[in-house]
Amino acid sequence: MSKDKAEGADVNAAAALVEDKKKKIRDEWSACLSSLAETRDKLEFSRLYEYFAPRVKAYIIRFGMNPAAAEELTQESMLAVWRKAHLYNRSKASASTWIFTLARNQCIDRLRREKAVEYELPEEEADPDQRHYGEHAVVAQRMEDAIAKLPEAQAQVLYLSYYEGKSHSEIAEQLGIPLGSVKSRLRLAFSKLKAHWGEKSEN
Amino acid sequence: MKISHHFDDATLIAYSSGTLNKGMALLVESHLEMCENCMEQVQTSNRIGGDLLRQIQPVAMKSGSLDQVLSMLDDVEPEAPVVSRSHNAEVPASLVEYIGDDLDALDWKTMGMGVQQYDLKFGGAGAARLLRIQPGVSVPHHTHTGNELTLILRGSYSDEIGRFQVGDVADLDDQLEHQPIVDTEHECICLIATDSPLKFSGLMGKLVQPFIGL
Ligand SMILES: [Zn+2]
Repeated sequence: MSKDKAEGADVNAAAALVEDKKKKIRDEWSACLSSLAETRDKLEFSRLYEYFAPRVKAYIIRFGMNPAAAEELTQESMLAVWRKAHLYNRSKASASTWIFTLARNQCIDRLRREKAVEYELPEEEADPDQRHYGEHAVVAQRMEDAIAKLPEAQAQVLYLSYYEGKSHSEIAEQLGIPLGSVKSRLRLAFSKLKAHWGEKSEN
Repeated sequence: MKISHHFDDATLIAYSSGTLNKGMALLVESHLEMCENCMEQVQTSNRIGGDLLRQIQPVAMKSGSLDQVLSMLDDVEPEAPVVSRSHNAEVPASLVEYIGDDLDALDWKTMGMGVQQYDLKFGGAGAARLLRIQPGVSVPHHTHTGNELTLILRGSYSDEIGRFQVGDVADLDDQLEHQPIVDTEHECICLIATDSPLKFSGLMGKLVQPFIGL
């Protein structure tokens, strides 16, 4: 009995340590990005680049770009980080959140320019092998923190939105559920995440 | 400005994840300019993206990619902070780029029955347009096959949900059939963005739809 308790305490302590470490990493990158605006230090930028560029590239590929275009767009996004660093406000967002929004905007701009041409063409049948890619991606993806605690159906719609750039209607079609269900899952996921984040502040 | 109707969280998540079409994203941005409440929700949604970015399985960049970017750093100027231009407050800054700052100066197309429209012609599925509706006019009962967002820029209207005034948004999907009516002696101008065509119901709708081309 008492042995179990001791082990439980160990597990809790370990979890707290992991949580602590994650927060430290977040804070470190946020501090790094903050000081970049002042110092314009290329070494500091290089550190950010080494950590974030491969992640931004992975994100952009998920969003539907081929690897060559993703490589180029990642470089553009990281250049934007350098150009806009002085607009970064640590009290409003972590470095990863801020860099995510920059990369996302680059993606949207590019996709819109391409889509403007694409719409002229007749619609193609969706590749049947692609249809369930989202579900596999969710299962394969190691999830952490608050998002990991969501029921899979809710995590799945978040992944399809953020990782694959799918609209609500596209998600509804892919999962074979009504549009209203997609929205209610997103709403539920969002309110749970807000409650979780409310307990521990990110910044 | 007192705003009493906001976006559905699901819509703000779609905005944050970058999956709204151009018209709908522009409409969201216009409302965000006026609404701290929704802005805060968007910042929270962006955090989902930030968290996912930290957790994603990285994909290596090509060798030499960092050096390439480093060599470009000296050529780029830090971006100047956005200075909000002075403009007619009736048109949100996000919209000014597309329609200018004077609603009355637009090339309105009359659709009949007290309704005029101005199409932003963004192309693609769905549409973004301004509607200018005279007092007492009611838009035919209609449902939506997808999502429809409305932002009030001038005047007000009422429908089955409530009363919508300047700054308010109506965030509707295919669950709802509604019939807005302009409820003061002043005209109402709103921006409407959809991701698929509207469907009018009833005889009135059948007559009107081909004519106004909504
Ligand atoms: Zn709002």
